[in-house]
Formats: sequence, C-alpha cells, structure tokens
Amino acid sequence: MSNINPAIKRAKTLEYVFKVILGLAGVFIGLILPLAILIVLYKEASLAIDHFGVINFLTSTDWDPVREKFGGLVPLVGTLISTFLATLIAAPISMGIAIFLVELSPNKLKPIFSTSIELLAAIPSIIYGMWGFFVVAPLFGQKVEPWLQKNLGGVPIIGKLFEGSPTGVDVLTTSLVLSIMIIPFMSSVVKDAFNMVPPIMKESAYALGATKWEVIKQVMIPLTASGIAGGLILSVGRALGETMAVTFLAGNVNQIPHSLLDPFTTITVALANQFTEADTAVYLSSLYYIALILFFMSFIILYISKVMLLRIEKKWKV
Amino acid sequence: MAENLKMEVKNLNFYYAGNKLALKNINLPIYEKKITALIGPSGCGKTTLLRCFNRMHDLYPGNRYEGEILLDGKNILGKDIDLMELRTRVGMVFQKPTPFPMSIFDNIAYGLKLLGIKNKSELQDRIEQALKEAALWEEVKDRLNVSAFSLSGGQQQRLCIARTIAVRPEVILFDEPTSALDPISTAKIEELIVELKKNHTIIIVTHNMQQAARVSDYTAFMYLGELIEFDSTDIIFTKPNKKLTEDYISGRFG
Repeated sequence: MSNINPAIKRAKTLEYVFKVILGLAGVFIGLILPLAILIVLYKEASLAIDHFGVINFLTSTDWDPVREKFGGLVPLVGTLISTFLATLIAAPISMGIAIFLVELSPNKLKPIFSTSIELLAAIPSIIYGMWGFFVVAPLFGQKVEPWLQKNLGGVPIIGKLFEGSPTGVDVLTTSLVLSIMIIPFMSSVVKDAFNMVPPIMKESAYALGATKWEVIKQVMIPLTASGIAGGLILSVGRALGETMAVTFLAGNVNQIPHSLLDPFTTITVALANQFTEADTAVYLSSLYYIALILFFMSFIILYISKVMLLRIEKKWKV
Repeated sequence: MAENLKMEVKNLNFYYAGNKLALKNINLPIYEKKITALIGPSGCGKTTLLRCFNRMHDLYPGNRYEGEILLDGKNILGKDIDLMELRTRVGMVFQKPTPFPMSIFDNIAYGLKLLGIKNKSELQDRIEQALKEAALWEEVKDRLNVSAFSLSGGQQQRLCIARTIAVRPEVILFDEPTSALDPISTAKIEELIVELKKNHTIIIVTHNMQQAARVSDYTAFMYLGELIEFDSTDIIFTKPNKKLTEDYISGRFG
C-alpha cells in the first residue's frame, strides 16, 4: 500500500496534527487548568486548614485579624443568602421576559427588546456597583426601606426581615442589583430554549383549542425544562462569583444578617477587601481557604444541576 | 345521492404577511362525513388552504383572509369567531407526530381538560374511547402513564389522532399525516382515517396521489394557489375535465 496518493497522505498527517492540537487544548483547559488552580488554592490555604480544621472553620463566625482567629461561616452564609435571593428575584422576571420576547412581543419590537436586554449583560459589573451605591442604595435607604419597615415591620414573621436601621447598604439592595445583573443571562438562555420548541408542537396545542397561556404553561415550559434549568445554573454561578457590585453594596460587616436591612459580607467581598490588608500568614491563608470554599461551592452547584438536568432528560427521552 | 354540506369555501383569497397572495379565489364544498383530499405539487397552497379551516394562520401576525369559509352556514373568518372554540370543532393532525412532553394519558386528557372536563371517570372513559377509535388501545392500555415519547413514530401519530378525536371535533384536518412514517404505519393510519369518516368530516392534504385515491371520496386539485378542479375522487383519477389535472395525476409534472 505504498502507492497512496501523496495528497491524501498529507491530508491525513494534517488531520492527525489537528487532532493532537485540539486534544491538547481540551486536556489543558478542561483538566489541567482547573486542577492547577485547585492545587494552588489548597497549597496556599493549607496553613489555615491545619490551623482551624475543616468543620471548625466552616462553623466558626470568628473573623478577628488581631487575635488571628478566622472562620468561614459568615461569608459563606452571606454568599448563599445573596445568591439565593438574587436567583429568587431574577427567575420569575427572566421567565417573563423570555415568554414576552418569544410569544407576545410584536415582531418589529423583538430585536430592540432582546438587544437592549443583552446589553445589560455587557455592562461591566463595577458600573452596576457604582449605580447600586450611588443611586439604588440612597433611594432604598431613604425612601423604600423606611417605607417597608413602616408597613411590613409590624407583620409577624415577615416583620423580622425588616428590622434594623435602613442604610441601603444591605442584603436587600445587594440581592436586587445582583438579580438585575443575572437577568440578561437567565432570560437569554430561557429565550433560546423557547425558540428551539418546534412551531408544530405549539400549533398542536393551539389546534386543540388551547390559549397562549395554556400553551406556554403546559407545552413550552415542560419541553424546555432542561434549558430553563441550564439558565438558572449559569446565573447562579455568576451570582456566586460576582464581586465588584457586591463589594459596593454589601457593607462588608462580618456578621450573619438577621434581616434584609442588615449589612453583611460574602466570600468575594471579603477577598476583594482584605487581600491587601492580610499582613500575617494565617490571615492570608484564611482568605485562600474561603476562596477554596467558593471554588467547591461552584463545583457542587454545577454538579447538582447536571444531575438534575440528566434526570429531566431521562424523564422525557425514554 | 344528495350530500350534506358541512363547510364551504367562498371566494377565498389568502395573503401571507407582506401581502403575498397565496390562495386565489378558492371555491370549494366540503361534504359532511366524507373525506376530501387536497392534492397538488409542492407550493400549490394545499397546506395553506388546510390551515385556513382552523385559522392556524392567525398565530402569526400579518396574515390576512378575504372571502368566506362557512361552517354549518356560519362564516368562520368573521371577527366574532372564538378561535379556541373553532379549533375544538375543527381539529388538526400534523405532518409529524407531536406528542406533548407528558404521559400517554395526559396527552389525551390535555384537550379534554381544555374543554373543562375534570371528572376523573369521565376523563378515563373518553380517553379509553379515543384510544380505541385510534386503534391504539390494545398497544398502550397497560402503560398509559409512561411518557408519550416512548412510543414508536406510527404509534405517536395515532396518539395524536386519538388526542384530536377525544375532543370530538366535527371536522378533522390532516396535514400530510403519513409523510414521516414507514409504509406499515402509513397503511394503519389510512385505514384509521377511513374509519373516522363514520363520525367526522375529513379534509386531508397529501402529496401522495395513491393515498388520495385510496382514502378520499372527493379530491381537489390545486396549482399555484388556485383550485383547478374539484370532483369525486373517481372522476379526478379516471377522467378529469381539465388538461392540467390529467397531466398531474398521470405524473407528467409535479
């Protein structure tokens, strides 16, 4: 078989080189890089891990640079709360936006709306932070929060959420600005998922006498459940790691917030604010430790959502 | 033999968005409990016409009708027509099976629930009856609660037919219902369509002339948005009046 056409031979060699290059890129980005980051984080955090242990660190609310006592519970809880609230606010709004864009908006307005929403995603997060700090925070601190306190403060259980002094730099405004930041991601993924529903599926439901709302609720949303879940995950990931805007608005107080009006801190806020101040080895190592926790949190959330996605897919694609 | 008129298309023009004329002055009777086939080459407007009967075109902005389509003497193109109600009277089966992402049972219950039927035993009766009429009951009676996606293509299409007849429409529109199916499934569906004319008026779009000849009582031949000839299927396929019709059915074009 030595008389193979040289052009084919050359093409085969090229194909081989191509495959190797792409394979290496995949292995490097997909495997080595995350592993390398994990190793660096672990190495830098190992002093704090030895010092405080795992359970101890995760359950301790200490954050005392003077006595060199550190614990990760407060920023961890802060991250979870703000992410959860932001997702809670953003999810229904994003669904609404996606449904409007796909099913309800007049054709001529569709590109205008979708571009302007996608533009929200292009705004640098520091600008959200500035807007939050100079516009949202004063507005909430002076008008909205006192009003909420006055009107809802007396209600049992819910009233507890509005205790404290309204400053505008707190859980409520942080979650709100964070939710606005993740809405474009969530809505555009959900919109893409909706657009993938074949027209014939929708028509089948309309042909049985369904209204728009019934088609959306019973056909579009179940058909796109995995896409919607995907949008949620993407946004949760973004909210978890968001730093600049949250740094402006959280207040950077090392306490677990008891009301929506309490200032608080998150892992990213603690990292952004304190890296330059960390003057002792244990202090610096503790910051790496909470960064490692953030890394694991993102990993776990991604994992859970992948499992969820698989389950949904299994359910319908027998 | 006198036939009852179920629907009647009168001087119908149809424009797609952008004022593109797709149907030109169509006049066509649809007889009760008969099967009317719409045939013609691709792009002749047969599917466009079919989708006028349940106002499917209204889902997309900019489409416009002129003229009348009567259902039991009432113009369904009128402004006072409730589209949801019209579509429960004029059902539709599509080119491809379109089961909803739910169980077999819920797929059929879907249309019934839209009608406001919530009583569990009534739902069960209607679903069983619809599945029997669609010749699917024996195959699925033990697994009504599994996903409809687990059925084969032919079964899915029969499920879609069951879903349509469960609502008890007076007219059923078939839009090339077998174009995605294998010959055996196709034969079953054709048998089923003939069976369904006992209780329903049927309009079927097909690009398969043998299918039209096999199942229909009347045939309308369309070409370039116009109705060229309408007559009983026997006449259309044996001695059509128009040269164009003859050329088409003898396979000279299309």
